[in-house]
Amino acid sequence: MAQHAAKRARFQAVTANRLSDGEVVYFSPDNRWVEAFAMAEVADGAEAAETLLARAMPADFEAHVLEPYLFEVLEDGQAYKPASVRETIRAAGPTVRLDLGKQAEAKAE
Amino acid sequence: MYRYDEFDHKLVADRVNQFRGQVERRVSGALSEDQFKPLRLMNGVYLQLHAYMLRVAIPYGTLRSEQMRMLAHIARKYDRGYGHFTTRQNIQYNWPALDEIPDLLDELACVEMHAIQTSGNCIRNVTSDQYAGAIEGEAEDPRIVSEIIRQWSTFHPEFTYLPRKFKIAVTAHKNDRAAIKLHDIGIVVKQNDAGEIGYEVHVGGGQGRTPFVAKKMTDFVPKAKLLAYLEAVMRVYNMLGRRDNSYKARIKILVHETGEEEMRRMVEEEFAKIDASEMLTVPQEEIDRISAYFAPPAFETLPADSQAFSQAQADDADFARFVRANVVAHKQDGYAIVNISLKPIGGVPGDATDAQMDVIADLAERFSHDEVRVTHEQNLVLPHVKLDDVKTVYDALAAHELATANLGLISDQIACPGLDYCNLANARSIPLAQEISERFSDLDRQYDIGELKIKISGCINACGHHHVGHIGILGVDKKGTEFYQISLGGAADENAAIGQITGRAFTEEDIVDAIETVVTTYTDLRADGERFIDTYNRVGMAPFKERLYD
Ligand code: HEM
Ligand code: SF4
Repeated sequence: MAQHAAKRARFQAVTANRLSDGEVVYFSPDNRWVEAFAMAEVADGAEAAETLLARAMPADFEAHVLEPYLFEVLEDGQAYKPASVRETIRAAGPTVRLDLGKQAEAKAE
Repeated sequence: MYRYDEFDHKLVADRVNQFRGQVERRVSGALSEDQFKPLRLMNGVYLQLHAYMLRVAIPYGTLRSEQMRMLAHIARKYDRGYGHFTTRQNIQYNWPALDEIPDLLDELACVEMHAIQTSGNCIRNVTSDQYAGAIEGEAEDPRIVSEIIRQWSTFHPEFTYLPRKFKIAVTAHKNDRAAIKLHDIGIVVKQNDAGEIGYEVHVGGGQGRTPFVAKKMTDFVPKAKLLAYLEAVMRVYNMLGRRDNSYKARIKILVHETGEEEMRRMVEEEFAKIDASEMLTVPQEEIDRISAYFAPPAFETLPADSQAFSQAQADDADFARFVRANVVAHKQDGYAIVNISLKPIGGVPGDATDAQMDVIADLAERFSHDEVRVTHEQNLVLPHVKLDDVKTVYDALAAHELATANLGLISDQIACPGLDYCNLANARSIPLAQEISERFSDLDRQYDIGELKIKISGCINACGHHHVGHIGILGVDKKGTEFYQISLGGAADENAAIGQITGRAFTEEDIVDAIETVVTTYTDLRADGERFIDTYNRVGMAPFKERLYD
């Protein structure tokens, strides 16, 4: 699977799919799973990333989400953005259906 | 068409109930994902990038109107208003919620449909020719034996945990539209000199990481002995297939490593044992019972020509084009096979909306003896339309963006879901198909180019059949960026071949230009009447490579 938990990445966040409906979710600073990438906690450095992943996977994590993992994010001015095409698409929705996925919900708000 | 008996109904209902319990236990946390994953896969539920995906089986690609209507209803109620018809003649839904899937499956079961045998290491949904029972020249309807195989393989205790998934395809025509040589087992229904029906069996084809064209194992298995022969193939595979390495576990690898001769010897040996026991001889009554389901519909006796049909073509140039590209001769005088392209210019190959599915269901009910077919090239077919009705059907299709006259042409591409949806993808497939379709949108140019099959996969699993595209495109990933590799000369028909890679991959910006270069190289070099594949087979890779990489 083309997941990019790049070893040399400086910034990383944790993502997973929600158990009930498969929705893409991110682990937030207040230890919740949130739908928006913008609300994800970003870890700076490998050690912080491992700590973040450990926090995202308490004993009962499987009752909420599937397969949490780290992925690389880049600094983009004031904000962050996912580094890979794959994570960019997960954070937004299918590029061929802009009316679906998170990108559509964001527009509707 | 095959109808469930009581036993089938109970079996499917039990399976849904069982899955409902499993989903409840997963959602409550009683089952871990490791425990649940194989269970959900056995019921056609995958996880993609944005949501779960449900794959619904359409055995040998045949649907009744009420089934198509149910597929539309499911798209509306449980999904986002559309479905994706796949190369395995199935349909996939991209957004169902896990906790709603048991209800969805209950509704599907009302029209005798389910998601069994659409994933996991079992014998998968049997696929066949979309023109079955409608085209001239078949030895018999290939769906008869497809159904016999389906019944034999569903929940067969020996075949629930195969080393790997197993795919069977059947044709009964000299023109192979079911890509049978690219399946684990490919079957050609034929008649011998004595006029008896039997089966030519090919074994060990497949795509994925290591593509192979199947080897012919036997020329003729008599009708009653087919299951015994298939069981023999499966036993050899089950005994010797590699379980240590999932990449090597397909029967194609076994045939390749064992050699064709030795494989044949082992199968014959096993076949002799099973045959002697007569355990798997299919009784004639059973063959008759199943054959009756596929008896031809009540065709009217009509003249071979229709004045209305000819006149409509003379009056309407767009309709004439549609007839030229999408309408195929029927075996019955006065009827036609009407292909519905799910490849509108710039559209998503294989996608249909709920409204489109409803329209097609209505047309099938009114004009095609209640039948719709799904093709492995991700299109649909109305198999039995009276010539007098073709124009009416066309008008209704055209009103719903379903009348693109591009069957078999460059814009009629296969594309897998790719990185827009798929968890395993390296690169996107659909946007590429859309760009190519836009680039060659001019239908006259498409007719001039002629038959050309482009097939696109977003990773080496080859769901988009790129290995067997006349032009194949494979998405590869380089450090999180998409690249595309081109291969040429593949074919999925009776002259099945695996394409050759041209060379280094192209960027997303350059790939469509590269495809155009390949096409113009062909149009520059072609002799009179040559299709792309003919020219390629004559001139080889060199001229294409030269133009691509200079
Ligand atoms: C989330 C979506 C999908 C997943 C996870 C998936 C997974 C896979 C995998 C893992 C393989 C390789 C199997 C192997 O090498 O043994 C494969 C092959 C294949 N898939 Fe899919 N697939 C998906 C969607 C599709 C779709 C949409 C189609 C049809 C358009 C499709 C049709 C096929 C075919 C025809 C093969 C080639 C089988 C062969 O080796 O002969 N799959 N798929
Ligand atoms: S070929 Fe790869 S990317 Fe495309 S659907 Fe199959 S697994 Fe996904």
